[in-house]
Amino acid sequence: MIAVELRKLLLRPRTWISVFMLCLLPTVVAVFLAVTGIGPRPGQGPTFLAAVLSNGQLYPAAALGIVLPIFLPIAVSVVAGESIAGEASTGTLRYLVARPVGRTRILVAKLVAVTVFTLLAVVAVAGTGYVSGVTLLGANELAATTTTTVSGTPLDSRQLTVRTVLMVLYIGLSMLGVAAVSMFLSTLTDSPLAAALGGLGVLVGSTVLVGLDAAESVRNWLPTRYWLAWVDLFRDPILWRDVERGVLVQAIWTGVLLGAAWANFSTRDVTS
Amino acid sequence: MAGIGDPAIRTRGLTKRFGSVVAVDDVDLEVAEGDRYGFLGPNGSGKTTMVRMLLGLVFATAGEVEVLGHPVPRHAAEALRDVGALVEGPAAYPHLSAATNLSLIDAAGPRHSRLPRGDRRRRIHEALEQVGLDGIGRRPVKAFSLGMRQRLGLAAAVIRRPRLLVLDEPTNGLDPQGIQEVRALLVALNEAGTTVFLSSHLLAEVEQLCSRVGVMDSGRLVVQEDLAGLRRPTGRAVVRVGDPAAARDLLRERVAVVDGDRLVVRDIGVDELTRRLVEAGIAVHEAQPERRSLEDTVLELTGPGSDRVAG
Repeated sequence: MIAVELRKLLLRPRTWISVFMLCLLPTVVAVFLAVTGIGPRPGQGPTFLAAVLSNGQLYPAAALGIVLPIFLPIAVSVVAGESIAGEASTGTLRYLVARPVGRTRILVAKLVAVTVFTLLAVVAVAGTGYVSGVTLLGANELAATTTTTVSGTPLDSRQLTVRTVLMVLYIGLSMLGVAAVSMFLSTLTDSPLAAALGGLGVLVGSTVLVGLDAAESVRNWLPTRYWLAWVDLFRDPILWRDVERGVLVQAIWTGVLLGAAWANFSTRDVTS
Repeated sequence: MAGIGDPAIRTRGLTKRFGSVVAVDDVDLEVAEGDRYGFLGPNGSGKTTMVRMLLGLVFATAGEVEVLGHPVPRHAAEALRDVGALVEGPAAYPHLSAATNLSLIDAAGPRHSRLPRGDRRRRIHEALEQVGLDGIGRRPVKAFSLGMRQRLGLAAAVIRRPRLLVLDEPTNGLDPQGIQEVRALLVALNEAGTTVFLSSHLLAEVEQLCSRVGVMDSGRLVVQEDLAGLRRPTGRAVVRVGDPAAARDLLRERVAVVDGDRLVVRDIGVDELTRRLVEAGIAVHEAQPERRSLEDTVLELTGPGSDRVAG
């Protein structure tokens, strides 16, 4: 069933279109930066963007910073919201259950497919970010083999690779939290659109509350609270505190919501 | 374990409530292996809910379901691996071809119920051929007509040569030739040993295909009998004669109905009736015992469907 879900994911034109769109925006941004040489002032605009003009090798991180707040969650939420509700709305869910495929197995296979999509998207954005960063913005010419951290200290390529991989995993996990919300909603409704938009609604709500001082008491447990903590991976030394908390918060959200999705789906009548 | 002689489908006291609505009420259904079972009833009588419970889609409120000797939904994996189904219309991934759709749904099943990999391509071709879609090529399903989708749904149901076929309105959207083809396919599969459970509101379809009939009405199974039993003679005779007026004078109060040259006559055998008419010099075009049609029986047993909302 897992192999079948992956085949379905890869055979679906939408998968590739959304990955392409995700890669397109950072590339367009890189072209503008390279042509004009005008970057946002440090501390303003999307994360990292100020730093990349002097160092194209940091552009994968900047590219993810560009798509992270909106585009990546949208893409992940659409795929996750589609998982059960999409099968229900095409009517294929009844044939899967009657085939018979166990309901837990369906859910696990869907989760694997969503995870693969998330990693595919994150890696694709980071990859095109690297290519466009190095070709358009140029590697750091002062030291061809080293690059600098946000803290200004040098970073060799091996360190940079390790940190980039950690970043991809951290963002992947954050997106899994998004996916869990939409997958849970996807087991409640037969409309994939409602599930995807519901997931985004939760994110917008979370973002509003994180920015609200009056919500101090809960905000450290909100799903978007530590989303940008991956920037700390590019400090020297790595600032682990927020990253660790972020992993914990995402793990809790993901675990609880997937548990709820399983409990709901495995006891629900399939009437679509 | 499933033994020889187990019924293909058996339910005991099967009940399903959706909130306060009782969709299926205490149904004891029994379909023997090898049957061609017609499952009839007006819209909203609980047929589809029954079918969904047989396939583990809907969980029963009370009662038991056994399919091919295994309880459903507890052992759905064993029970349903030899079942092919068409429930409430076919469904397929619209952007993929017929063959890819069949391949995906087959590969999705538990390992022991999948076709061997090398065999799969051949079986897909064979199934498409059986339903008359073998020339379909790589066209995506979204370009299919209603009838083509219906055929694809049937192909998905028969691809693993199931022991039991559960079909809900299988000829929906097909033209008369298509209906004929499907009927021939089902008869051939049945003769090769497949049990056919056909849920339909088309009486003619059931009458032409099935040997046993169950009728649902407002959630209850009101009759379950051999088709021949339902259509037993009424004891009256039907004749078409050359001179209805003369025949009426001859038979007098025995004539129950006169409709043009057609008379329904009671309290007399067909042989006796024919002899008397001929002796009286009245030409007999046709004479036979009157049989109740399935339609009469079903209309008598069931109320109006739930989609009729009269004031």
